[in-house]
Amino acid sequence: MSRVLEVENLKISFPGGDHTRVYPVDGVSFQLERGQTLALVGESGCGKSLTSLALLQLVPPPGRIETGSVIRLGDTDVLALQGEALRRIRGRRIGMIFQDPMTSLNPVFTVEDQIVEGILAHFKMARAKARERALQLLQEVGIPDPEQRLKAYPHQLSGGMRQRVMIAIALAAEPEILVADEPTTALDVTVQAQILEVLDRLRTSRGMAVLLITHDLGIVAGRADRVAVMYAGQIIEETSTGRLFANPSHPYTQGLFASVPRITGPLKRLNPIRGSVPAPAAWPSGCRFRPRCPKAFDKSELEPPLLPVEPDHLMRCWLAEQQGAGTRQEPGTKS
Amino acid sequence: MIPLLAVLRSAWRKPRGRAGAVLLLVVILAALVGPWFLPDPLAQPDILQGSLPPGPGHPFGTDQLNRDVLARVVAGARVSLSVAFLAVMLSATLGAAVGLLAGYWGGTVDSALMRLVDGALAIPRLFILLLVLAAWERVPLAALIFLIGATGWFATSRLVRAEVLRLREEGYVHAAEALGARRVHVILRHLLPNAAGPLLVAATLAIGDVILLEAGLSFLGLGVQPPAPSWGGMVLDSKEVLVSAPWVSIFPGLAIVITVLSANLFGEALRDAVDPRSA
Amino acid sequence: MVGRELSGWLLRRGLQAAAAFAIALTILFFLMRAAPGDPLSRISEGRPLSPAEVATLRARYGLDQPVTQQFVSFVGGLLRGDLGVSIEYGRPVTALLAERLPATVLLGGSVLLLNFTVGLWLGVRQAVRRGRREDRWLTTASLIGYAMPSFWLGLVLAWLVGIQLRLLPAAGMQDPLLSLEASFVERSIDVLRHLVLPALTLSVVSIAATMRYQRTAMLEVLQLPFITTARAKGLPDTVVTWRHAWRNALFPVITLFGLWLPILVTGSVFVESVFAWPGLGSLAAAAVWGRDYPLLMGASLLVAALVVAAGFLTDVAYAMLDPRVRLA
Repeated sequence: MSRVLEVENLKISFPGGDHTRVYPVDGVSFQLERGQTLALVGESGCGKSLTSLALLQLVPPPGRIETGSVIRLGDTDVLALQGEALRRIRGRRIGMIFQDPMTSLNPVFTVEDQIVEGILAHFKMARAKARERALQLLQEVGIPDPEQRLKAYPHQLSGGMRQRVMIAIALAAEPEILVADEPTTALDVTVQAQILEVLDRLRTSRGMAVLLITHDLGIVAGRADRVAVMYAGQIIEETSTGRLFANPSHPYTQGLFASVPRITGPLKRLNPIRGSVPAPAAWPSGCRFRPRCPKAFDKSELEPPLLPVEPDHLMRCWLAEQQGAGTRQEPGTKS
Repeated sequence: MIPLLAVLRSAWRKPRGRAGAVLLLVVILAALVGPWFLPDPLAQPDILQGSLPPGPGHPFGTDQLNRDVLARVVAGARVSLSVAFLAVMLSATLGAAVGLLAGYWGGTVDSALMRLVDGALAIPRLFILLLVLAAWERVPLAALIFLIGATGWFATSRLVRAEVLRLREEGYVHAAEALGARRVHVILRHLLPNAAGPLLVAATLAIGDVILLEAGLSFLGLGVQPPAPSWGGMVLDSKEVLVSAPWVSIFPGLAIVITVLSANLFGEALRDAVDPRSA
Repeated sequence: MVGRELSGWLLRRGLQAAAAFAIALTILFFLMRAAPGDPLSRISEGRPLSPAEVATLRARYGLDQPVTQQFVSFVGGLLRGDLGVSIEYGRPVTALLAERLPATVLLGGSVLLLNFTVGLWLGVRQAVRRGRREDRWLTTASLIGYAMPSFWLGLVLAWLVGIQLRLLPAAGMQDPLLSLEASFVERSIDVLRHLVLPALTLSVVSIAATMRYQRTAMLEVLQLPFITTARAKGLPDTVVTWRHAWRNALFPVITLFGLWLPILVTGSVFVESVFAWPGLGSLAAAAVWGRDYPLLMGASLLVAALVVAAGFLTDVAYAMLDPRVRLA
């Protein structure tokens, strides 16, 4: 497998008042291989969306990516690019799908306009030819009656159709990586399944790498190859999907599993994690999960690095040093 | 609700808001104490000498009747500021009253008042005032203030009405009504304090508009009547000596620009404090 | 789907506009009648009138009838296109207004053009460069422009450009000394040269408002998700700004046209008088100085009609340009 994307020590800062800066994304590193799906999982406010925007230098002002961060697309150093060179990789190397298809499409342009301009931004071809491709893309994402849909304005389409159009736009310039930021959050449950199916199919047929950003562990299983769990601007656990589901190790990850309602298995009371994600300015010292963690102990007052739990399984918790102690106590809930 | 004091403080913290407030205070202070230190604005020490250029003794020069321009600009500040403040107070009060009435009572009262406002807004304020003021040979100052104030509430009433409609949907107004609070009580205790922020912003921004309006009316000879000094009237009088003594025109105009600018700077800072999205 | 709905909406909106004009008309009429002072005072020129003369004059202007009767005949006259006779000029008010309209349309049109090009462009630039030095300077400049009394700015420009530098004519619309044989091109250039200063004066004052408005509208659009989509597609910045953002920020600015007309009309009263531009504004100012009520009333009515019509057209334009518009 070849590595298509490498993120190293990504830090994003925003002004925090009184000339200080806060770091909603604070030292995130991960890799993506060709054809692989990596899920970035976390609650809202953990920095996962900002991380995805940073991949194309789309962090909204006044936020900025700190020096020392590295984003490599193959051999390209993304953060060194600007102007035309930066524009050429947006959409072409990485395509993006956003959370809310209602507001992510421009209300005053037709579907055709919005797909075609994405094609023409990267390929020299006649408009008629681009339209032809737009039509194919709509077919590929499973939109019925694509000829008609091309002429539609976004408000004339249902939420699911709009998200399919978003996917077609993201595919317009045939990127090797697709970033899907909460692609199904705003949709009905049945539509969610359809959209995920489209994404799966495209990954296989086009051999794309997918970065799937979600708060929903339920859609990760059977879809992602690897999972990185984020909390308070950091990745706190990273491993293959199989290992994570078999052996969720970080107390926060365990909390996430405990708060997911399960359809199979015995009916159990849900155990949501107490408290909520603190704002970036209020992140505690030491382990950032410490105030909410049921297993916090004296060493948690020091900030833990990513430590190995088992081969190819890292977590940001000192409990990893005690190998297994308390990390395997809930196998019954995840079969 | 946003407490007014917090709004003022937040406006003061912005450089522009502070610049506006300080400038406005300087103008007000000059208007209050300036006349004690300056020559009589009506005195014509040597009428045959005509207008003198700015120089020692007369920092802004003198006008065609040899009156000190600085003294007249400062005296004009008194007139312009009093007209502006009093007229704006009147129109803010009327606007708040009509807006509360229309928004809270609703129904026929609301539609009747709002149709009236629609119609009134179709006539630019200047034209309403021209029509009424032209009836006087010499407009008394009190009448001028009243008329400017009485023609300035239309937009404000819409603003307050919208605010009331929004607030009515909020829980605590329903709660107060459910508890049997009297209408007057609901209006005074719940609606008015909440509409105070937008009202203050509108009133502050209206100060500048009214100063420009009064200056314009005086320029047309329908505003403050000579020999009482007013900025607009001074520009009008200076027209005949524009070529030989441009300073007689320039200084009163600069006074208008600075005063209106400072009121607007402060007003915008207030608006940003009340509605941070507009910054 | 639209045909039926659209015509129904147009009808309702049209009726609303007509109602606003009717109310404006009523307000104007009764304000004029309620004002203290006698409309005849001007005609008498200070000379004491004999009771017989007074009676004749009152009968001629219909002042001997009850106010409601006067109102009915005034509205009747209006419907026939008769707004009475000017006291100052002794000619029908409608004829005077029609004569002066072209000059005002020329001046207003030029100012409009400058507003909707330079003003919008500057506002968009400001929004794109939000918080940077250029944005701050332009904001300060627009606030100063907005604080300028147009009559004063006009005088200062007339003095500086017209008298001191002798670059451009500072009064009138045509050079009276231009030979009668002058070609159309020469005449046009002459009019344009006369147009520059009044148009510039009015523009400085009104562009400030346009800029502020456009900046705010644009800032609001720039933070919407579809802008991120457009950037993520790899579109060039200018396309994102002008095609994606500005097309959406245009709708609130169209509304500005309705708000903006009263500012223009008000400003033209001052600017036209300062530059002796033979339009409606200077006519209205002359009517004030001459206490010429029929003329002043006619000018005010025309202005009210223009403002109402502009509001109506604004809404129609809005409905036609925005594909989402829900006709309400």
